[in-house]
Amino acid sequence: MDHQTTHTILTLENLSIGYTSKKGNAVIASDIDIELSKGQLVGLIGINGAGKSTLLRTLSGLQNPLSGNCILDQSPIHTMAPELVSRKLSVVLTGQAISKNLSVLELVSLGRQPYTNWLGTLTETDIQTITDVLTATDTSHLKEKKCYELSDGQLQRVLIARAMAQDTASMILDEPMTHLDLHHKASILKLLTKIAHEQQKLVLFSTHDIELAIAHCDQLIVLQNGKATINTPKQLIQDGVFDTLFPSDNVTFDSKSGRFLIS
Amino acid sequence: MKTNQSYTIPLIVLAIGLVCCFFANISLGSVAIPFSDVFSSLVGGEVTKPSWEFIIQEYRLPKALMAMITGSGLAIAGLLMQTLFRNPLAGPFVLGISSGASLGVALFILGGTALGISSTLSFGKWGLILAAATGSFLVFLMVLGVASRVRDTMALLIIGLMVGSLTSAVVSVLSYFSKAEELQQYIFWSFGSLGDVSWQSIQILLYCFMAGLILTVASIKPLNALLLGDTYAKTLGVKHTKSRIIIIIATSILAGSITAFAGPIAFIGLAVPHLIRQVISTSNHRILIPAVLLGGAILMLICDTIAQVPLSEYTLPINAVTALVGAPVVIWLLVRKKKLLF
Repeated sequence: MDHQTTHTILTLENLSIGYTSKKGNAVIASDIDIELSKGQLVGLIGINGAGKSTLLRTLSGLQNPLSGNCILDQSPIHTMAPELVSRKLSVVLTGQAISKNLSVLELVSLGRQPYTNWLGTLTETDIQTITDVLTATDTSHLKEKKCYELSDGQLQRVLIARAMAQDTASMILDEPMTHLDLHHKASILKLLTKIAHEQQKLVLFSTHDIELAIAHCDQLIVLQNGKATINTPKQLIQDGVFDTLFPSDNVTFDSKSGRFLIS
Repeated sequence: MKTNQSYTIPLIVLAIGLVCCFFANISLGSVAIPFSDVFSSLVGGEVTKPSWEFIIQEYRLPKALMAMITGSGLAIAGLLMQTLFRNPLAGPFVLGISSGASLGVALFILGGTALGISSTLSFGKWGLILAAATGSFLVFLMVLGVASRVRDTMALLIIGLMVGSLTSAVVSVLSYFSKAEELQQYIFWSFGSLGDVSWQSIQILLYCFMAGLILTVASIKPLNALLLGDTYAKTLGVKHTKSRIIIIIATSILAGSITAFAGPIAFIGLAVPHLIRQVISTSNHRILIPAVLLGGAILMLICDTIAQVPLSEYTLPINAVTALVGAPVVIWLLVRKKKLLF
C-alpha cells in the first residue's frame, strides 16, 4: 500500500490511553503517534491486558483519551457530536447483550439509524444499502431469520453487515474472530480484506490470532509495555518485535515461517 | 422496511379485539342491560330505563376508559423498562415508582394515627391520589438524580429494587403501629381499583397518559438502538444520557399517574409486552408500541370484566385478577414456544 500519506483518515497524536479515577490516572499506553489510511486492513495485537480494547474504545470515541488527540477526519473524535461520529466510523463489538429476538434484516437496518428520520423510516437508498451489504457479507439468505437461530460465525457476519450498513469510511472491530473455528476465522478475515481493499475503507481489528494477522494485514499495530508500534508485518518480523511479544520463554517466534512455537 | 406491511393485519385484529372487549366490558356487570340499550346509550340515543343510562354513563363508561388507559399506560411503561434495562423481568415499577406511591399512601393513611387525626376523613379520595402522586414523584426525582450520576444501567435497576425494599420496610413499621381500620383501608388501596372515578380524574389521567405517550413515540429510534445494548447505541449516534432520562421520565409519568389514580396494579406492565412479542414476532418499537398499547387495553378490559363477576353482586380486587388471568397465560405461552423472545 503506497497511498498511505494521501488518504490519512485516522490520526493518533501523542495519545495516552487509560482510565481516570479519584486517585489519579491509570495510564495503559502513552505517546502513541499513528496515522491510518483508507484502503488498509490493520491488525491490532498485544497480550491480554496490553490495552487493545481500551485503545479501540478510545479510537471509537466511547472513552476519552487521557491526553493527546484521536483525530477522525480532521476533528478530535471526543469533541464530535455522536451522530456525526456515527456517519464516519462504525464499530463491531463482542459480548454485547444484543436482543436475539431481532431478525437479521432488523439488525442490519439499525445500521442505517445515523441517516434515517426521527421515526427511523427507511428510504429507497437505505433499503438499497441494506440489500448490498447483505449480499457482500453473503447473508442475504438469512435475512428473515432471528438472531437466536444463527451460528456464531453467521452472527459475526451479520454484525459486520450492520456496521457496513452504517456506510462509514472507517470500521473498528474488537476481536471479530474470537470463538470461531479456523474455517470461519478465514471467512471473516477474507471479508474484512475485501471491505478494506475493494471498498477502500480503513478496517482496524484487534485479534489474538497473530499468525493470521501477520499473513493477511497490510499493517500491524503492536501494543507492548505501554507503547504502540506500527509497521508492515514483514518489517516487524525483521525488527524482532514478535520475539519479545510474550513475556516468558514458553513461546518463541520463528521468523522464517512467521509462526509461534511452544518451546 | 418492507416487513412493516406484514404487521398491519395483527394490528387491525388487535384493534377489532379492543372494540369487542370494550363493548363486552360495558355490557356485562351486576345489572343486566341489553346490548341494544348499551349501544344506544354510548352513541347518545334513547335508553329504555333511566337507571340504565345512569349506570352506563356514570359508572361503566368511566370505568372502561379507566381500564383502557391503565392497561395501555402500564404496558407501555413495562415495554420501556424492558428495553432500557435489557431485562425480560423488568416492569413499570422497577424504578421504585409504585413503592414511592405506596409509601405516600401509607404515610397518608397510617401516618394519621401518629398525628392523632384521621387524614382520609379530612381529605378523602383526592388526598389519597395526591399522596400517591407525591410519593411516586419524589422517588422519581431521586431515581433521575441517580440516573444522571450512575453510568451503569444495571446499577440503576438494583437501586430501584433497593428503594422498593426500603419503602416496604417503612410501610411494615407504619402498619405495626396503626389501627385495624386504617390498615384495612391501606390494603384496599393496594388491591387497586378502576371504578369510582370521576370524569375529572379521567381527564387529568388522560393528559398524563398523552404526555408519557408523546415522549415514548419520540424515543422510538433510541429504543430500537438500545436493543443492541448501551455501547452499540452510542456508536449509532444515540445521545445516551439524554435518551435514557427521557425514557425514565416517560415511564414515571405513565406509571406514577396511573398508580396515583388506580393503585399499584401488578403484572400488566410485565406481561403485555411478552404476550405481544409472542403474537407479533418483532422487536421494532415502531410496531411494538401500537401493539402493546392495544394489547394492554384489551387485557385490562378482560381482567376488569372478570373482576366485576357478571350478573353477581361481587367485585374482585383488580390486582388479584390481573395476576390470576395473566400469569397462567404467560406461562402457557412460554411452555408452548419454549423460548422467551426478547
